[in-house]
Amino acid sequence: MRFLLIEDNDDLAASVAARLALDGHGVDRAGTLSEAAECLKDAPYDLILLDISLPDGDGRAFLSAQRRAGQDTPIIVMTARAAVSDRVDVLDLGADDYVTKPFDFAELEARCRAVMRRRGGATQTVRDFAGLTFNPLTATVTIAGESRELRSRELRLLEILIAAPDRVFSKAQLCDRLFSYSEAVTDNAIEVYVGRLRKKLEGSRARIETLRGVGYRMTVDAG
Amino acid sequence: MTLPRTRRAKSLRQRLLVQLLALAALLAVLLYLTVRTVAGQAAEATQDGVLGSATTVIAEQLRAGPEAVEIDLPYEAFSVLGSISEDRVFYRIVAEGRTVTGYDDLPLPEGITPGVRPAFYTVAYRDSTVRVAAMTRQLVVAGQVLPVTVLVAQTRQGQDAIAARIANRAAALGVGFFVLALLLSLVAAGSVLRPIERLAEAVARRGPQDLRAVDYPAPSELLPLIGALNGFIARLRAALTRTETFITEAAHHIRTPLATVRTHAEIALRQSEDPEVRKSLRGVIRAVEESSRSASQLLDHAVVVYRSDRLATEPLDFAALVAGVLRSAGPVASLRDVALRFVPPVPGPVVQGDRPLLESAVRNLIDNAIKYSPEESDIDITMTTEAGQATLRIMDRGRGLSGQTGARLVQRFNRGANVGDVIGSGLGLTIVAEVAQAHDGLFSLTDREGGGACATFWLPLA
Repeated sequence: MRFLLIEDNDDLAASVAARLALDGHGVDRAGTLSEAAECLKDAPYDLILLDISLPDGDGRAFLSAQRRAGQDTPIIVMTARAAVSDRVDVLDLGADDYVTKPFDFAELEARCRAVMRRRGGATQTVRDFAGLTFNPLTATVTIAGESRELRSRELRLLEILIAAPDRVFSKAQLCDRLFSYSEAVTDNAIEVYVGRLRKKLEGSRARIETLRGVGYRMTVDAG
Repeated sequence: MTLPRTRRAKSLRQRLLVQLLALAALLAVLLYLTVRTVAGQAAEATQDGVLGSATTVIAEQLRAGPEAVEIDLPYEAFSVLGSISEDRVFYRIVAEGRTVTGYDDLPLPEGITPGVRPAFYTVAYRDSTVRVAAMTRQLVVAGQVLPVTVLVAQTRQGQDAIAARIANRAAALGVGFFVLALLLSLVAAGSVLRPIERLAEAVARRGPQDLRAVDYPAPSELLPLIGALNGFIARLRAALTRTETFITEAAHHIRTPLATVRTHAEIALRQSEDPEVRKSLRGVIRAVEESSRSASQLLDHAVVVYRSDRLATEPLDFAALVAGVLRSAGPVASLRDVALRFVPPVPGPVVQGDRPLLESAVRNLIDNAIKYSPEESDIDITMTTEAGQATLRIMDRGRGLSGQTGARLVQRFNRGANVGDVIGSGLGLTIVAEVAQAHDGLFSLTDREGGGACATFWLPLA
């Protein structure tokens, strides 16, 4: 996905951009509202991440101005204010959702997904791979005309593996992306989800290979 | 919070009434005394007139005989006296200290020398008080000039009776005057104080968030008070704005670097394979999470406490409110494949509530249920209406209360013995209970049959 990150704190903006890039997203950064307006002129974005306090204005004013101008790019507000009434406020102004700083990237991703799903989703997110059609927004894989629903962790696991076929992911790497850091899990917990996903992929040529002591990778069965 | 009772000085109405009534009482007493004195004097003057004329009539009947003074008592003189009352009449005619006729113990005037016109005095005589008229004529008896004094006296019972009657009337008049003054004072006090009462009402009628200056047409005497009040309101508004700005700024300045720390830690964790390093980084992330959650909950708790005193209530569809919170919590629940199952009743129960507070309470309950639910489990949320109460139940399949009482878990900073590694501040349930209390509702937490916890939140219907 292509993000526009509107955040005036350079440290935070750089790290968020780097972190999103790790998940394969493209991120443009804007430090002010006027920069953001420039970026929006040039390119379409899948989602805008918007801070509230910016040097040249209030993010909420930007939010309502966007909506008034008929711009309906999904906006998720990143707020440092956690007071109950503030959360209600931004939703009323037309934000699709909000996250409170500091945020969990897994949660941010889940929220993005929910926003996209509510908005009807873009068709280009659907991916064909080795005899299966994968739609991350509806959390389904379709194999030979038969749709199978994926649970959240199965979905995220498939997204990670399918994005980089043949690349080897260690158990630790997969754990990082599937489990919240506030949960205490052992790396072996991943085996359960790999097993389940394999079952759901049966009938296609997609295979999840186990490399003992190293990790997993997605391959296409030549046969 | 209850406001401390204002120390009370004597009320203005009371002061005004007491002063007006003291004045009225003084005037009433003066009125009574004046009427009584004037009436007494008038009665005495009447008696004196009759006594004087009787004395004159008698004196005119005195004749100088060859040897002594002679008199034919004119009884009509006495009948005039008898006509005004039942009082007894005495007389005495004295020539050269010798009683010619009449009561010889009737006292002569002391200190005054009666002349050709009657002189009057009051004296005790025969167990009662008598009014005496005295007059002296010079008669020539046997070639000698002889002063002859005529005394006519009358008891004062009739006059006293008249005086008493008039005094009664005067007293009645005084009391009447006082009662009239009392009524007028009440009216006057009411009308003088009405602008103050109206001002108080205008201020009391304001909503909790209304910090506008008081703009109320008031008499000039109240303008200094209104000026002071407006000054105070302006200072309060400035202080509140400063506090709000401070909290926002503080939250911003703490949370932004925390977010940076957390993001860097996540990036580092993604790039590291060293188990020791990974363990430390996880520790960092947990600590950041814990501190930001505590900060949020403390702020929420402060907001709840602050707003509880001055609820901004409106009629709310409780089911729609819960559905909104569930929508927002959905992505977090989906991360752990926890399903939030809620069929909102249509139409939803309408409650009178403060929206941010109720959202905060419901959010805390849902967050808790998600946190403690095992992976891939269901959270059942139901809403029913029974006995004038909307009842929200949130049932999870988590670890339950493990022998603790719900009441204990509701206490501030108290967490269950079985929370394990789940991050929490110990304030969530406190917030929920306080919101319930502020809305005259109830909150209870019990073990659920078959495992898990059941949180129940009751709110009275609007």
